[in-house]
Amino acid sequence: MNHTDSHRWRTIDILVASVIAVAFGVIFWAWGMVWSATEGAFAFFPPAQTLLYGVWLMPAVLGGLVIRKPGAALYCETVAAVLSALLGSQWAGTVIPQGMIQGAGAELAFAAFRYRSFRLPTALLAGALTGLGAALFDFFAWNAKYDLTSYRIPYALLTVVSAAVITGVGGWALTRALATTGALDRFPAARDRAPV
Amino acid sequence: MGGVRLRGFGWRHAGRRAWAVRGLDLHVEAGERVLLLGPSGAGKSTLLAALAGLLPADSGEQEGTVEVDGVEPRQAREQVGIVFQDPETQLVMARCGDDVAFGLENRGVPAGEIWPRVDEAMRRVGFPYHRDRPTAALSGGEQQRLALAGALALRPRLLLLDEPTANLDPAGAALVRRAITGALDADTTMILVEHRVAEALPLVDRVVVLEPGGGVRADGTPEAVFATHGDALAAEGVWVPGRTMPPRRAAAPAGDLLLAADRVGLPPRLAATDVRVRAGEALAVLGPNGAGKSTLALLLGGLLRPGTGRVAATGELAGRDAGTPPHRWRAPALARRIGSVFQDPEHQFVTGTVFDELALGPRRTGQPEAAVRATVDGLLDRLRLAALARANPYTLSGGEARRLSVATALATAPRLLVCDEPTFGQDRRTWRELVDLLAELREAGHGVVAVTHDTDFVDALADRTVTLDRP
Amino acid sequence: MISIEPVAAPGAPLARRNPVAKVAAALVFSFTLLATLDPVAPALALAVELAVLPLFGIRYRVLARRAAPLLASAAGIVVTLVLFAADRSGRVLVEAGPLLVTTGVLGTALGLALRMLAVALPGVIVFATTDPTDLADALVQNAKAPARFAIGALAAFRLVPLLGQEWQMISMARRARGVDAGRNPVAKLRLFVSTAFALLVGAIRRGTRLAVAMDARGFDAGTPRTVARRQRFGAADALLVAGAAILAGAALAVSVALGTFRPLIG
Ligand SMILES: Nc1ncnc2c1ncn2[C@@H]1O[C@H](COP(=O)(O)OP(=O)(O)OP(=O)(O)O)[C@@H](O)[C@H]1O
Ligand SMILES: Nc1ncnc2c1ncn2[C@@H]1O[C@H](COP(=O)(O)OP(=O)(O)OP(=O)(O)O)[C@@H](O)[C@H]1O
Ligand SMILES: [Mg+2]
Ligand SMILES: [Mg+2]
Repeated sequence: MNHTDSHRWRTIDILVASVIAVAFGVIFWAWGMVWSATEGAFAFFPPAQTLLYGVWLMPAVLGGLVIRKPGAALYCETVAAVLSALLGSQWAGTVIPQGMIQGAGAELAFAAFRYRSFRLPTALLAGALTGLGAALFDFFAWNAKYDLTSYRIPYALLTVVSAAVITGVGGWALTRALATTGALDRFPAARDRAPV
Repeated sequence: MGGVRLRGFGWRHAGRRAWAVRGLDLHVEAGERVLLLGPSGAGKSTLLAALAGLLPADSGEQEGTVEVDGVEPRQAREQVGIVFQDPETQLVMARCGDDVAFGLENRGVPAGEIWPRVDEAMRRVGFPYHRDRPTAALSGGEQQRLALAGALALRPRLLLLDEPTANLDPAGAALVRRAITGALDADTTMILVEHRVAEALPLVDRVVVLEPGGGVRADGTPEAVFATHGDALAAEGVWVPGRTMPPRRAAAPAGDLLLAADRVGLPPRLAATDVRVRAGEALAVLGPNGAGKSTLALLLGGLLRPGTGRVAATGELAGRDAGTPPHRWRAPALARRIGSVFQDPEHQFVTGTVFDELALGPRRTGQPEAAVRATVDGLLDRLRLAALARANPYTLSGGEARRLSVATALATAPRLLVCDEPTFGQDRRTWRELVDLLAELREAGHGVVAVTHDTDFVDALADRTVTLDRP
Repeated sequence: MISIEPVAAPGAPLARRNPVAKVAAALVFSFTLLATLDPVAPALALAVELAVLPLFGIRYRVLARRAAPLLASAAGIVVTLVLFAADRSGRVLVEAGPLLVTTGVLGTALGLALRMLAVALPGVIVFATTDPTDLADALVQNAKAPARFAIGALAAFRLVPLLGQEWQMISMARRARGVDAGRNPVAKLRLFVSTAFALLVGAIRRGTRLAVAMDARGFDAGTPRTVARRQRFGAADALLVAGAAILAGAALAVSVALGTFRPLIG
């Protein structure tokens, strides 16, 4: 697969990684505006929250797939977390270490392939591992008092599956769609486009 | 110092078959002030980026050589300052002073020297506010002056300016031009890109015209260039000073009322305003930056809900829907009746190619594919976009993107067309084509509302004007 | 409108502290409280948080507005616990089919809701008083964060309100081109996804242009950067972090002394 020789981050790598995180922050805000009526359902039926989790974890996988440099997934998800803290998110401060744990999950997947493979299986694994990071954090920090078999374990599994599907597969498809727009022309992800 | 030498220079953007610039031989002495001209898409912006060392190898393919001060532009970066057309994407920090200081920090200027240099740069461009003012609270012209201060603080030997006054009101543009004159040292080289030659001439002592196919079309003092090549250049799309455009006056008096806005406003963006548009008339909306012209355009276009007052369509425009205000119409009905062209063309693109972008509207109104093709090909041809039919709309040059966004609205020929700055960044030829297209629309009995800072456009087309003041 | 500007008076004694110190204090305080599941320690912590609020220059009304989503989440915790509680001991209050609400369940629910609020509020308070520029400066100067990354992220944060406006413009542009969803939720979701995609594309393009503009001003020059705005980490800042640790520890200690302490693990 394509592989950039240098692991040094260019300015454009830093900015695009940051901007991906920022865009998802704005998309979450817009989600609240467009779907304000349905938000309650997500707050009161936590398993449904795992669906949103899949989107929330997206910067990690997308960042890794687009930037293709060590640390990209971790950096993207951390910036997303700092931003949501600045915006006055629901989970405020704890969201930062949480974001780092989630980002580290995806980072691990890309590192396992030595930052050389950015195909669907890698994306799937990255999605699943970020989901695992999120699930572990919730399992211990927030869900300790819920029933193990009817809530904690299904919730954790759902988070991992949702992350693998929405974040992993979705992130992979999103990267390809972005490449066709020409927005990624300066990234290895867009190298195979036909000239016009 | 600050001289430029190009030998057989060419650049092809990644993803394109055609070269943006090619076969360019050019020598600019230190201290010269050059106006760089050429039709839209001739590669002016690309050339400036090359001189600033901002065309990385991974973004395209290069031919020939570029030298600034005898070295590669990348090594000469410290000597070069550049101001882009769009101020919003060149401001980096949240406070004005911090933004000017940004470049100084990067260059490792000792901390004690930074703030005096920031203050000096802000003073030279006549920046009216304190350092702590948020950059988000600046008007377009003020942002542009701040960007200029950010470039000047670095004391460049070579200053590159890419349409620095596009989208500014005449007063703001004059301020920026004055800031440029006042801020240049005698030995600073300047290369300025600007379509409207007349305003730019006092700033320069040499004119270079790029040939779209490659190479230099004309080069010399303004007087010499326009005396020898004036007619040919005007025909090719250069705004040669002193050559006015024949106006396109309405052939028939205006017809029935289409849309009426009564005391419509949206505090704090727009104060209460009255506007009436009739069939077969062209109305120009004028006013300084921040007066609320774009807001008014969105209100007339049925895209924003009025905060005060109301917008009402007549039966002539809306048929049975005349009772409901346009902002409550379903989108397909709205798109058939009122077309909108946004100030920022990029906001408007929905598809992946220039062709699909133009075909979207006609297809949605259910035209057969052959008719769609005919409409689209006609527009592509007239607006000189045919070679770009398969390009992604977001990779177009500034002027090309503007034409495409106007063309998308023209493709469905809505009864009322509301356009925001339809002519900015155009060369003389594409400008003429746009004016003709709008005039034809008017002749066919459609109403046209155009928000604009372009006085030539008003003189050539408008039947009436409305002028807004800052709310 | 979406914005990342601080919402409180920046001159208040604790708001003025070094941003790194503020964030560290909030994290220390929050994570100490995560360790317990009882209602007493979080209640004490909440009292402390509300008491120091004026020192941060935040008015109670502003905090209430910022923290409003937290209350919804707290309600969500109570509902979830009623459905999925592990421990249903205590006196039965309601029994309806599979639903069994006991005093034990309600006690745990109260504890968890309080804990969530107590853990989240320090972050809300600190970030409501922190300017992103100061945070980035302090991260670079006092926490040894790499400057290119901190400044790059900061530059991207400046785009937040712009992208918020862009969202509205893209939605309007779609409507102008004849694309809308009406009341159909599937079409609405599709439109949301396509708008989000357009926003992402636009954001990446802006990021690319911003990177070019930053490089044009020497961001990638490789010369060591100097700093125009100095951030200091003084004794008062260290004291703030220590104070947060001591107060959170004290809340736990009281809970242990009262015998209500219930550790997270074990
Ligand atoms: N990032 C890009 N990717 C692909 N093609 C590009 C890119 N930028 C510009 N081009 C193409 O290169 C050609 C020259 O563009 P350039 O922006 O240099 O023109 P210009 O002379 O500045 O035109 P205008 O007066 O309209 O701004 C155009 O055909 C344009 O479509
Ligand atoms: N989405 C928005 N939210 C809040 N304020 C806005 C928004 N859009 C514009 N404004 C503000 O409303 C005022 C009027 O803006 P508008 O864009 O309508 O002015 P304009 O006359 O079109 O200016 P220009 O000539 O620079 O295009 C400005 O002060 C602007 O900052
Ligand atoms: Mg250009
Ligand atoms: Mg406007």
